Amino acid sequence: MPEAAVWLIIAAPLAAAVFNGLIIRPLFGPVSRIGFDATVGAIGISFMLSLWALSVVWTDQEVVLPLHEIIRVDEFSLRIGLLLDGLTAIMLVVVTSVSLLVQIYSHGYMKEDRSYVRYYTFMAMFTSAMLTLVLANNLILLFVGWELVGLCSYLLIGFWFTRPSAAAAAKKAFIITRFGDLFFLLAILGIFLLWPEDTPVTFALSDPNAPMDLLRAGGAALTGTGLTLICLGIMAGAAGKSAQFPLHTWLPDAMEGPTPVSALIHAATMVAAGVFLVARFLPLFEEAETARTIVALIGGFTVVFAASMGLVMNDIKRVLAYSTVSQLGYMFLALGLGALGPALFHLFNHAFFKALLFLGSGSVNHATGTFDMRLMGGLRRVMPWTYGVFFIGSLSLAGIPPFSGFWSKDEILGIAWSYGGTLGTILFVLAVVGAFMTAAYIFRALFMTFHGKYRGGEAQEAHGTADAHETHDERHGATPHESPWVMVIPMAILAVLAIGSWFINFPATHWFTDLLKPLGAHVEEIQIVPAAIGLVAGLLGIGIATALYRGGAVSAPSISGPLAPVTNLLTRKYYMDELYEGVIVRSVLYERLWRFLAWFDSDKGVVDRAVNTLGLFGRNLGKGIRVVENGQLQMSLTVLSIGAVIIVAAYVVWGGVG
Amino acid sequence: MPTPIDAASLGIDFGHLAPEIILTLAAITVVLVDLVARDKRVLAWLSALGVAMAGGAAVWLWTSDASGTSYSGIVITDLFGTMFKLIVLGGTLLAILFSPAYVERRLSRFHGEYYGLLLLATVGMMLLVSMGELISIVLALEIQTFALVALIALLKDAKSTESALKFLLLSAVATAVMLYGMAILFGLTGTTFIADMPGVVAERVAEGGLANNLALILAAVLLIVGFGFKISSVPFQMWVPPVYEGAPTPIVGYFSVVSKAAGFAVLMRVFIVVLEQAGLDLLDWPLLIGVLAIASMTIGNVVAIIQTNIKRLLAYSTIAQAGYILIGVAVMGNGGANVYELATSGVIFYLAAYTFSNLAAFGALIALSRPNSNDSIEELTGGYSRSPLAAIVLTVALISLVGLPPTGLFVGKIYLFYGAVQGDLWWLALAGALNSFVSAYYYLRPVRRLWQSGGPADVASDTARSFSLRASMVVSLIGVIILGIVPFWLISRATEASASFTP
Repeated sequence: MPEAAVWLIIAAPLAAAVFNGLIIRPLFGPVSRIGFDATVGAIGISFMLSLWALSVVWTDQEVVLPLHEIIRVDEFSLRIGLLLDGLTAIMLVVVTSVSLLVQIYSHGYMKEDRSYVRYYTFMAMFTSAMLTLVLANNLILLFVGWELVGLCSYLLIGFWFTRPSAAAAAKKAFIITRFGDLFFLLAILGIFLLWPEDTPVTFALSDPNAPMDLLRAGGAALTGTGLTLICLGIMAGAAGKSAQFPLHTWLPDAMEGPTPVSALIHAATMVAAGVFLVARFLPLFEEAETARTIVALIGGFTVVFAASMGLVMNDIKRVLAYSTVSQLGYMFLALGLGALGPALFHLFNHAFFKALLFLGSGSVNHATGTFDMRLMGGLRRVMPWTYGVFFIGSLSLAGIPPFSGFWSKDEILGIAWSYGGTLGTILFVLAVVGAFMTAAYIFRALFMTFHGKYRGGEAQEAHGTADAHETHDERHGATPHESPWVMVIPMAILAVLAIGSWFINFPATHWFTDLLKPLGAHVEEIQIVPAAIGLVAGLLGIGIATALYRGGAVSAPSISGPLAPVTNLLTRKYYMDELYEGVIVRSVLYERLWRFLAWFDSDKGVVDRAVNTLGLFGRNLGKGIRVVENGQLQMSLTVLSIGAVIIVAAYVVWGGVG
Repeated sequence: MPTPIDAASLGIDFGHLAPEIILTLAAITVVLVDLVARDKRVLAWLSALGVAMAGGAAVWLWTSDASGTSYSGIVITDLFGTMFKLIVLGGTLLAILFSPAYVERRLSRFHGEYYGLLLLATVGMMLLVSMGELISIVLALEIQTFALVALIALLKDAKSTESALKFLLLSAVATAVMLYGMAILFGLTGTTFIADMPGVVAERVAEGGLANNLALILAAVLLIVGFGFKISSVPFQMWVPPVYEGAPTPIVGYFSVVSKAAGFAVLMRVFIVVLEQAGLDLLDWPLLIGVLAIASMTIGNVVAIIQTNIKRLLAYSTIAQAGYILIGVAVMGNGGANVYELATSGVIFYLAAYTFSNLAAFGALIALSRPNSNDSIEELTGGYSRSPLAAIVLTVALISLVGLPPTGLFVGKIYLFYGAVQGDLWWLALAGALNSFVSAYYYLRPVRRLWQSGGPADVASDTARSFSLRASMVVSLIGVIILGIVPFWLISRATEASASFTP
């Protein structure tokens, strides 16, 4: 496979983003159809190339792409390149296929939005950044992609930025993930500092020509406590991105973004980037036992912790958000036990069925105008397609055979089961409890949404549906209807994948595991006992949900009394938001630290006078700003920057530099 | 035990910074005297005296042929720098002379601030000319920028505040971009002293380490953004028209020449030293400068044609003039030793002549403006009957800006274009000549208005009678004419200055 073709995987969506942002939106207006055509076309190209890359890796196993030196200072040489191995190929296919389907679906979902082209600009930009992250053969380039997906996530969560809740959610997501990234950055710095002095540090992940690269030699080169700390830093970054405890609080709020965004970024791809990162650096984790144990425990704890909150949410997207956090926990659990294959297999399956569930919830919202399940009900009659695919997605998530979720969850349960010891036992119990809760919350959601009687949709907004988003007309609320084909077809394709994506790792062939073999994955045989326990837990969960929300054998209100303290704890999300915002931000930072600092500034007079003077200045300034704000200033800066970019580009294009 | 530090080991040499030191003291004196002086006109004379003394010190540096580095290599003293200091000081002196009438009328509350800041800005520009170290260059740049921001905002009306804010924000961006370029340059060479850079760069190139290096290109381009902003070259010129329109007229005249001269000096210093002396031909930066030159000349001249406001017209004119001067800078990097000297002295000569011409124009504009002027070209109608001297000065100044004989910029243009032809950049000379034709159209439009009869012949405004304003107009006028008729004295001085700057 020529190198240019691999670069084109990244470049095509990037070109679409630039094209949309700089040409289509200014010249053809913010709702032009061309934005959709360009994005889907570009991601289609990436998807085709990704399939090609997968087939090449499948047959060849070894694809060595060159590294290009872009900066050299004395010994230090920064060489940028792409890495194509089994892990990358899998991620490429997941990202491009889900992205492609979501883009198509979005056309139906976002058609009435006034910022249609802006939406596609960001989505294309995100896809390009995510592919950069996945393909990078250099930690620095990887970090660039890592931060760019964070930026795109911020922009898309806050897509409807006129809503205060969306703006706040975007800010929260940005700050919390950035908190994790801080430790990731420290880990990168740690690698730089602790790297053996006799070999230059290149940050290349895999470089056959270098004496030492990160993945082959990193574990041996960096040893002891330093390596553990580096691994923990990487895990902290991953935990922020993948919303693992205790950095999970941003993901449920991130549901303020458009639903296709939630499906693509906050279910299938970006949040899986943390799993990808740890999987990528598994050779380092191999040498750091403590760090691996911590990864496993965080994952295992998050599985149950997040699933329990999913049990009580009334907002369908929040249920799915907690579900995502919980499922990502499974993947970390597996990685912590060194099981690359099962973790990636679950990532692969989860991407499809979770994207499906999210798109299903978007379809429901399209019909009813709300995400509040208390206002839904009975939709299976008016939305048979959506009901069908949602049902398939739920079965897959609940781990019912033969749907794909069963196979990968079974592998993870099997790993924990055979790992043994205290750690293995704890993790197995957590995983089984998680499986039970997963089945319970998703079927509760299914029943509340699609069964029973229709409870009025957005018309009853008095109940306080803060999550009904404004771009959908209220007229949808009155009479729910099936979504248009442009939305149903992507869901149907995902439904097929949710049933059958496990065929790639069919027990007899193990194609998927073969792909990852060079990275140290080995075939996991099916173990009857843990699989059976997991299945029973899942069926039990479905049973309880049926009893409470469908069959009427036990009515939900009748048990809510005795369980009130528990449900209260769960609906308040274990008071984590209160802990972060109330205790840490308000009490510690604001009331203690800032007051403490203000104490040094006891002379109020000085401050007041300064403020007054500034006020006078400000009044004059205001006259100026009013004029500045008409865009001339931005225009000046735009011209200045474009000028500089054109000059550099001219050198690269005609001067043959670079 | 700490090593005792003495003046010699740090290379402290007050002599080499004498003009700057004198001017700083003058600025402080002006601000202090402002507190006690009842007649504020004395401040103008004090400032003029300070500038004259600093000029005397600069002349002393010139005649004693002072050269070398001081302050641990941060300050470079050579005839090139001293020549630019003299241009800067000359421009400042003329600006101070035509200020009192305007300050009296429009800025009566801010005499001390006005002159103090003016002197401090000049100090910043003089430092800029002689700095041999990147961080100090940024500091000098910021000294003058902040002083200029305050000066632009001094009118305190909406337009003036707006333009000051724009200037502040845009120069902050330009400086940040430039700093980024400097950081990359530092990363590549490991030094911030520009004198050390050629050696390091040449060494790296010899090793094959820097050849084809995108980072170096990026550094050079980012530096060009910063300096291009200072000299108002396209495409970094967007700030110029609004700022010219909003700022007090004498300040516009002042920084249209002085700040530009300092900007060119530092551009040449950094580019010639770092890129040219290192023998780095991969960049082909003369071509880049040439392209910027053509863009500046063409855009400046074409857009100037449609202006109705005389200050905006002069703003676009100054963009175009930056383009002409850039021709000389491009030639400096494109030829052998003799072409190099020809081009360098051409730039110096052009800047000197431009200083006289542009300040003559601004002085005359102040003399001709009415109390509630809106600076439209219409207002100049019948200017001859209001103030014959100002009308003559403005006419000559505009003729000089077109580049017609017998004026300084005629010689300057011939000088630059001749250098371009010698340096194998004949297409730049051609573009410059064509642009001069175009510029005649808009430069001569105000002239026609001036000598038309009609218009309100009412107020021969009191500003026109101000002695210092008339003096400054006459001095500029004489300067423009002298440089046009007997340019040889300045040419040989400029050649000496460029010889000191030759690698």
